[in-house]
Amino acid sequence: MADDAAGTSSTDGATPTPQRPSLPRRVFGTLALLRESPLGMVGAALVLFWVLMAVLAPVLPLYDPLEPLTPFQSMGATAPDGGTLWLGTDHRGRDILSRVIWSSQRVLVWATLATVVAYIFGMAMGCVAGYLGGWWDEVISFFANVLLSFPVMILFVIIVTVLGASGMNIVIAVTFASAPAIMRIVRGLILDLRTRDYVYAAQTRGESPWFIMLVELLPNARGPLIVDACLRLGYTVVAIATLGFLGLGLPPPEPDWGMMIKEAVPLGSFAGREMVIPALALSSLILGFNMLADGLREISLRD
Amino acid sequence: MSDQTPVLECKNLSISYYTRAGEIPAVVDFDVTVYPGESIGIVGESGCGKSTVAMAMMQHLGTNGAITGGQILFKGRDMTQMTNDELRTLRGSEIAMIYQEPFASLNPSMKCGEQLMEVPLYHEDITEKEARARARQILDDVQLPDPDRVMDAYPHQISGGQQQRVVIAMGLLSNPSLLLLDEPTTALDVTVEAGIIKLIADISRKFNTAQIYISHNLGLILETCDRVFVMYSGEVVEEGTIDSLFTWPRHPYTHGLFGCIPLPTADKHAAPLKPIRGQLPLPHERPSGCFFNPRCDHMVPGRCDTTLIPMEHVEGSAKDHRVRCCRWQELDRDAAVPSGEAKPAAEIGDTVLNVDHMKKYYEVHDRSLKAILSGQTTRYVKANQDLNFSARKGETVAIVGESGCGKSTFAKVLMGLETATDGAIMVGDVDLAALGVRDRSAKQISALQMVFQNPFDTLNPSHTVGSQIGRVIKRLAGVDDDEKVRERVFELLDIVKLPRDFYYRRPRQLSGGQKQRVGIARAFAGNPEMVIADEPVSALDVSVAAAVTDLLTDIQREYQTTLLFISHDLSVVRYLSDAIVVMYLGWIMERGTTEQIFQPPYCPYTEALLSAVPIADPEVTKREIVLEGDLPSVMDPPKGCPFSTRCPSRIGEICDNEPPPQQEAAPGHFITCHIPMEDLKKVEPVIHVPTADERLHSQKSDQAETTN
Amino acid sequence: MVLIMAVVSFLLFALFETDKLDVAGKVLGPYSSVEQREIWLENNGYNEPFLKRYVLWVGNALRGDFGQSIELKVPVSQVLGDRLANTGMLALALFALMIPIALAMGIFAGMKEGSLRDRTISITAVATTSIPEFASATLLTAIFVFWLGWLPGTSSMSSGFEWQQLVLPVAVLLLYDVGYVARMTRASMAEVMTSQYVRTAILKGIPYRRVVLKHALRNALIAPFTVIMLQLNWLLSGVIVVEVFFAYKGFGSLLYDAALFGDIYLIEACTLVAVFVAVFSQFISDVGYTLLNPRIRF
Repeated sequence: MADDAAGTSSTDGATPTPQRPSLPRRVFGTLALLRESPLGMVGAALVLFWVLMAVLAPVLPLYDPLEPLTPFQSMGATAPDGGTLWLGTDHRGRDILSRVIWSSQRVLVWATLATVVAYIFGMAMGCVAGYLGGWWDEVISFFANVLLSFPVMILFVIIVTVLGASGMNIVIAVTFASAPAIMRIVRGLILDLRTRDYVYAAQTRGESPWFIMLVELLPNARGPLIVDACLRLGYTVVAIATLGFLGLGLPPPEPDWGMMIKEAVPLGSFAGREMVIPALALSSLILGFNMLADGLREISLRD
Repeated sequence: MSDQTPVLECKNLSISYYTRAGEIPAVVDFDVTVYPGESIGIVGESGCGKSTVAMAMMQHLGTNGAITGGQILFKGRDMTQMTNDELRTLRGSEIAMIYQEPFASLNPSMKCGEQLMEVPLYHEDITEKEARARARQILDDVQLPDPDRVMDAYPHQISGGQQQRVVIAMGLLSNPSLLLLDEPTTALDVTVEAGIIKLIADISRKFNTAQIYISHNLGLILETCDRVFVMYSGEVVEEGTIDSLFTWPRHPYTHGLFGCIPLPTADKHAAPLKPIRGQLPLPHERPSGCFFNPRCDHMVPGRCDTTLIPMEHVEGSAKDHRVRCCRWQELDRDAAVPSGEAKPAAEIGDTVLNVDHMKKYYEVHDRSLKAILSGQTTRYVKANQDLNFSARKGETVAIVGESGCGKSTFAKVLMGLETATDGAIMVGDVDLAALGVRDRSAKQISALQMVFQNPFDTLNPSHTVGSQIGRVIKRLAGVDDDEKVRERVFELLDIVKLPRDFYYRRPRQLSGGQKQRVGIARAFAGNPEMVIADEPVSALDVSVAAAVTDLLTDIQREYQTTLLFISHDLSVVRYLSDAIVVMYLGWIMERGTTEQIFQPPYCPYTEALLSAVPIADPEVTKREIVLEGDLPSVMDPPKGCPFSTRCPSRIGEICDNEPPPQQEAAPGHFITCHIPMEDLKKVEPVIHVPTADERLHSQKSDQAETTN
Repeated sequence: MVLIMAVVSFLLFALFETDKLDVAGKVLGPYSSVEQREIWLENNGYNEPFLKRYVLWVGNALRGDFGQSIELKVPVSQVLGDRLANTGMLALALFALMIPIALAMGIFAGMKEGSLRDRTISITAVATTSIPEFASATLLTAIFVFWLGWLPGTSSMSSGFEWQQLVLPVAVLLLYDVGYVARMTRASMAEVMTSQYVRTAILKGIPYRRVVLKHALRNALIAPFTVIMLQLNWLLSGVIVVEVFFAYKGFGSLLYDAALFGDIYLIEACTLVAVFVAVFSQFISDVGYTLLNPRIRF
């Protein structure tokens, strides 16, 4: 921004026609901001690590997570085929490393799906309640209050008991639990943004409410929503793992972290490693999400 | 005065902030000496370092600010060397501060009385009872009605003007030697401001308190101070007594500032404002040499842009008139008096807008227990009472009023964001009063466009400048071809004098003035017949505001657009408009041409308003009319004349009980008042502008030249 | 509040008792014949219209009669009372420790935003809230039970009350909750400390101690108070996992067992009680907020 920017006399007439900056440059510029928050960088690294694990699980040289080898092998033991069992085997002889990595894929896929679905419903309700107001707001807010008055885990347990334990039912349960909270956040943001002058500008040129909600309002709510989405992905991973631990989660035999712990707990001290490793894996991922969210919040506040 | 010991001395003071980008010098080489009872003004645009100076005098720069050089001596003791405890005993007792936002400065969960009592309790050996009596007494001194109620009230329970009086009382409680005032009236309405300024002046005279008055408003400084310091980008560029500096400013920046202010002598056709080109440099992008050199018309390469320029005494004028310019002696006074080129007046055509008995009432639902018990759950807020006025093609009509006067409500109704309760708004031959914007045709919508007040949210931060202007062209100008839209956006950017590569910029990359330009481009994109500008420059710095005002009038003149200019600032309005509508609490108090409004007969409210606006010209004299009390709430307006509670010319009970009639003073000049017209015609003009012969200017400059 | 309870109870009743034959099947067991089930329905008033049944059910519930537990064969209210008392003990211990620790952490961190003290406390708080309850239960068990052998691994209290059995469940809940409340308190405190009225107070020359205690704290504690009240809602979720993990005979494990067994009367009762506690704590927090914040007055 040079001085000529606000020039009154110096920039008479046409200035050269500019070129649009390329897309990768714009995206990269945004990501580079995260470098300013060390906390956020650590969080991003943790999340990225687990996402990579989840994506690469099929191509990594891993044992079949379901195949029983020799039970209770310690870390670094040699497998029957001569390979190394870096984290040993569990009580049924399955490779713990392989199970932990495959779990990350399963948990992340379902958590992402559930969060996205919850967001679609939550944003739609929040926009309508916040922008249209009136009866829409009263009805939607009351509905949200009813759902939010259930302690989350109780809501999960009831829904899963009634519908049965399956991936899709977990998505439904997460949507019921999360959508009202998302709706409240979106509604609050919209109520704040709708008094901005650019919204009046859009209204005074006769734009439809949908255009205003989708084009004028939602893009400006993205900062807090990205932070929330990050936290919420974390909550959803916890919820899925917790349901797995309670035996109400994703059905066996494919592993998930909660289920791994559930299977190990009754064995007591014999299965210490079998319990601790998935617990650490899960905690590190959640820590990643929380730190990433903190970092993002810090950056968005600076801007 | 020089034989007295100074209250405060700053010597070669430099202050820096430390950020991620490194050390940023905020103030460099600042010198000031303040004597008891003196009032010093520090004036400058945003970011010039004036508030930083005040915080440094309090030794409260936050965790990332530090004094990097020089001294601050308070009564001879160096404050930069003091311990926290020593500072604590000074703060609040010897040096007190009054802040810009009174509400934010008061603790929301403590009663005002308790907050006041703290000051003597912690600085003097005093009992709680005595402290209470003192606090009660000082509230009386700052002329608060009902001090006992205020003592027991939380800050949110009293009005903005009263809050500022409480803050002032807090500052004065311990009878300090130095009072720092950081934009103390900026957040207040102009008639309330006038009262506060008078109060501060009276009290400091009474207690002989030295003051440092920080403001962006040259007029205010003129009315309140003895000496003035003009700051630009962290350094003082010129200092001197009010008389010396205001009559003959030496620094090109000071000149520039005066050229940007709509003084009563300015005229948009004959003597338009002359904005300073460019914008304030960011602290880490300051040029070498004189910080003002890239914007200066007198810049000489090699002299102005090499080394730091020292302050020099201006020979032949008052002894403390000093300037930081290496060419001040060479600059010819006449060449330096800035005035833009004369421009032809616009032609004024037929009536395009006719507002006829328009009313807008809001229903307010009160759900409190008290309201339910008394059965008054629905009340009406009369935001607009029976508005009548018209505007012609190419004309600029100003709507003037303070907060709550209904000017913004009127804009909303006109734009179709609200519908009128009653009456008609004729635009051409269509009545828009009952038509919401969604019911209007594309043509009706594009005929009326708006420029908004706040540069920070006039543009959508998520979209590029080009797409936001383009959207208007697609919708309102009926252009569909993307290439043509792009071309048209480029044209509009040329018109508002912004470079074309702003097309791909996002709003956060733009400065406030640039955003307002984009806002203007957007308003004119649909070729409107009428543009409503709601305080378009009130949030901008003076030098930028002048450029934006200028741009708006140029475009208006070129396209023969009718401009409805909504403002609280009578100086700008006087400069810009052909006709004026004065509003108060939803009523039109007076309307007429600009000359009619500024000359008697006046409505008493207009009279007070005219007197309240500070004018930055020492030779213009004003009759002082200071109103008592605060603006009544729109929720609960007076029963009769809305102005009856504060009116200095109130004639009797009729004012309290009966709505005033509209009287025609001259053709097209209407006054809403109970006072008979012959009495209204007897009053003197409020503002006296000397004619060219009467001006001291010429004499003084002659003197100066002979002594040279 | 009443309206929400009404809607919640209706939803619950509709969810579990619309399918009458299914209810009878749950009560009489999976091997009962359709005839047996119909006779049971007739005898227990299930052939009345749906709404009438709902009103009767609500009436009984209000009097504390939630019917007979299918699995335990005792009145629901009786087991519920015992189990709630156990969970109450857990909650009491948790809150007694959590509130002072979390507030102290939050206030000390928020007083000097960006300082080393703030960063240390903040990172600790993020780390502890990031460990899900059953993961921290696992880790603490591994350390204190398997490795050090200091504490018992289960908390069923089968041989009477032992405080050692309470340590791990409380520690698990504490680990998560302290971090959460401390973060909220820190944010609130940091905001207040940078506010203009705190600046006014400092520049009035009153001692720093009084600035913090009198000016900052009162305003900074409004938000955490609300958050702490809302922890009751969270706790009712948290206790399910913790009680199941440590086999503690509380409300959470009762609900969990009821859900696994399909003990519908017990589920209904537990959920109603949980929602009531949640809604009531919300109500208290709203009232408290108005009392603490002089800016809002009726």
